[in-house]
Amino acid sequence: MTATTHPGSTATAHAAGGHAPHAGPTGFLWKYVFSTDHKVIGIQYGLTALVFLLLGYGLMALMRWQLAYPGQPIPVFGELLLRALGPDMADRGIMTPDLYNSFGAMHGTIMVFLAVVPLAFGAFGNYVVPLQIGAPDMAFPKINMASYWCYFAGGVVMLVSFFIPGGAAKSGWTSYSPLATVADLAHRFDGQTFWLMGMVLLITSSLLGSVNFIATIIQLRAKGMGWLRLPFFVWAQFVTAFLLLLAFPPLEAAGIMQLMDNLLGTSFFLPTGLVVSGRPLDVSGGGSPLLWQHLFWFLGHPEVYVLILPAMGIVAEVLANNTRKPLFGYKSLVYSALAIGFLSFIVWAHHMYLTGMGTKISTFFQTTTMMISIPSVIILTALFISLWGGSIRFNTPMLFALAFLPMFGIGGLTGLPLGFSATDIQLHDTYYVIGHFHYVVAPGTIFALFAGIYYWFPKATGRMMNEYWGRVHFVLSFIFMNLVFLPMFVQGLEGMSRRRDDGGATYAAGEGVYGLSLALKLNVGISHAAWLLGVAQVPFMINLFWSLWRGPKVVSDNPWQATTLEWATPTPPPHGNFTHRPVVYRGPYDYSLPGSPTDYAPQNLPA
Amino acid sequence: MDIPHTVEARPDTGLYNAKVGIWLFLASEVMLFGALFSSYILLRVGAEAWPHGLLSVPIGTFNTVVLITSSITVVLAWASLKLGDLSRFKLYQGCTVLLALTFVAVKSFEYRDKFTHYYVRLQDGTELNGHLAGNPLNWTAANLADTNRVGASITFHPDAAGGEGEGAHGGHAEPIELTAANVAKLESWGPWRSTYLAIYFTLTGLHALHVIGGALVIAYLWGPGSRMWRSDPERFTNRVEVCGLFWHFVDLVWIFLFPVLYLL
Repeated sequence: MTATTHPGSTATAHAAGGHAPHAGPTGFLWKYVFSTDHKVIGIQYGLTALVFLLLGYGLMALMRWQLAYPGQPIPVFGELLLRALGPDMADRGIMTPDLYNSFGAMHGTIMVFLAVVPLAFGAFGNYVVPLQIGAPDMAFPKINMASYWCYFAGGVVMLVSFFIPGGAAKSGWTSYSPLATVADLAHRFDGQTFWLMGMVLLITSSLLGSVNFIATIIQLRAKGMGWLRLPFFVWAQFVTAFLLLLAFPPLEAAGIMQLMDNLLGTSFFLPTGLVVSGRPLDVSGGGSPLLWQHLFWFLGHPEVYVLILPAMGIVAEVLANNTRKPLFGYKSLVYSALAIGFLSFIVWAHHMYLTGMGTKISTFFQTTTMMISIPSVIILTALFISLWGGSIRFNTPMLFALAFLPMFGIGGLTGLPLGFSATDIQLHDTYYVIGHFHYVVAPGTIFALFAGIYYWFPKATGRMMNEYWGRVHFVLSFIFMNLVFLPMFVQGLEGMSRRRDDGGATYAAGEGVYGLSLALKLNVGISHAAWLLGVAQVPFMINLFWSLWRGPKVVSDNPWQATTLEWATPTPPPHGNFTHRPVVYRGPYDYSLPGSPTDYAPQNLPA
Repeated sequence: MDIPHTVEARPDTGLYNAKVGIWLFLASEVMLFGALFSSYILLRVGAEAWPHGLLSVPIGTFNTVVLITSSITVVLAWASLKLGDLSRFKLYQGCTVLLALTFVAVKSFEYRDKFTHYYVRLQDGTELNGHLAGNPLNWTAANLADTNRVGASITFHPDAAGGEGEGAHGGHAEPIELTAANVAKLESWGPWRSTYLAIYFTLTGLHALHVIGGALVIAYLWGPGSRMWRSDPERFTNRVEVCGLFWHFVDLVWIFLFPVLYLL
């Protein structure tokens, strides 16, 4: 088989030899920076997204100090904040309410739009999908590059906004109008304006990416790769791409309108008679704040499934590989993913039960919300049953994939009381909501992303990651994730608002009065767990870079003995991916076939 | 390895890659304009009053004819390539570009008309709409103060009564002199004037950007891009077809915009 070349060596792109007319670009700039190769772009997406993931964590870690010890100067970092952002934001190293609001809004924005989606869709989708369908690259490589650079530019705009006068956007990641328009009237180009311009770039990036993904999956499947022979991961990315394609444009429309409200003084989202700081706002009025919420959540809810579907895809791949048996109910998984994709477009207003939009509309969205839990439960159940009777290999990717199942289960089930309009009255805008969606995204999606990194790292680099430190990373992350998010349900049930910069201290009742007594104590514990969760990522960061240069080299192109096509390429795959056009003869999960000499039959093995 | 189906169609889908791509892109565009049209409906349903007759129907009709004609020439241009006739392609596609420029020129004339039309509220509470002498573009009370500072005032000609105006006598009301002292508010009929104008400028502005973008691509394929005809005629024809599909979409959006903004 092809030699496993050193990842940094210049021979990488030419490892397949000189047979191809597209031998790959030469020169560092064109090969690694402005590359049109889907694998390089995938890695670019991945590294950028990991940096943003760390940054998003950092904002939260600072906010957790303010929640645990409101009004006290932040040790070490307080001085840095003061120097970087000035006394308006961090006077004497104390986080001001404005800065807390900024960090809150940007934590959400960065985590969703700049970290998790680019990692799940941009990085894994780009790297793995063309390999799994047996394609030499994406359908439109230049558009693929443009997609990454739009994302990069959007990220830069978001980062710059921290340092402009007035600071970054501070109206929540949802940017509700009219708050978003009037939050910083002192500055014409305020953080919100930067946020909107950054979002337009990110939406452009996701549009270019999703068109490319769908066209690639439709057009570039290898010979014999029928629709029901696609690995579940490809199906998940396919549905995700449709969600991005169709759900993001309404937010772009809303963003354009809010930009006009902010810069040109229109009144799309500003109602008649709006009074700000005791004075009527000099605008024409007649706009509708509800309109913004409808348009935002028309993206916002499908976006939840953009976060979770690729994660489910990764988990399905890792589970099938490490249980050494076919996934249970492959077709049910595929149809459920399609059903989720469809239903996710008609559930958005369950975020708006308390806006007074009317009980009839609430009832409709409550019904659709309960309906969408059905395919989600089918997927989770099928994945659980896939474990049954398997001879399971407990390696690091498998541990993360296994942990995904109960973590996503908790996240999903705690969503049901929020989906009922009656119980939502109590829970809305409390820490219960924070606990719920973080269980879906943090120990859910992010664990699946870790599983994916450990699983595909040997294919991308030709070296294995360290197994021992991988397990340390897993165990510590698992413990601290739960210590962070489980108590939040209790806080929410006690009625702690998710928006208070002092962790609810001003609402706390006096001695002997039932109030937020427990919630306030939990704040301190959660903060310490959150900081330790950061420490738990150190082994991962070291492992990632150490293994890149010092990890044990893979001895085979297929170290996990997997069935899907990405393992049929040289390691790491050269420009053009395959040494010859692959032909597919069987389904994606032919593990442990009776009478077979090995316990796995790759898709390109003749039947 | 080359990427398959960049030019020749994939047998089971019957499409080449770019055609799949453009249809997906157009699906996303439908959602973009769909969201803005939905916003229009929601704003209008919630409005106390919705203005009528702010735009000239004959001008709008003229622009509609211009765009429909350009949709025809764009098809004829593509058909000429299919028949192997590059010079006819150049003729038709040249017409498309000229028609697009005509559309944008007419549209900018309409825009200018709005930015030289003013609303003024005097200190005694009188509200008037009309034109300033010399038709300055997009003035505010600040420009008025600057004029006063050099010792001049500006004459305001209120609109003829009957339309949006208040008076019932017909004909132009008496011109009045505006100074910073007697004016409480002065603004042109830009997007800030009302939610109707806001959605009008947003929808037509976004549409105009699409027209300009499409025209740029068509002009490129008419000019330097047409060199590909000699090296790879099939691929060039595909390019023309794909940008033609986009052009039809831009046309279709206008077919919805015209009744919604001018007629209803």
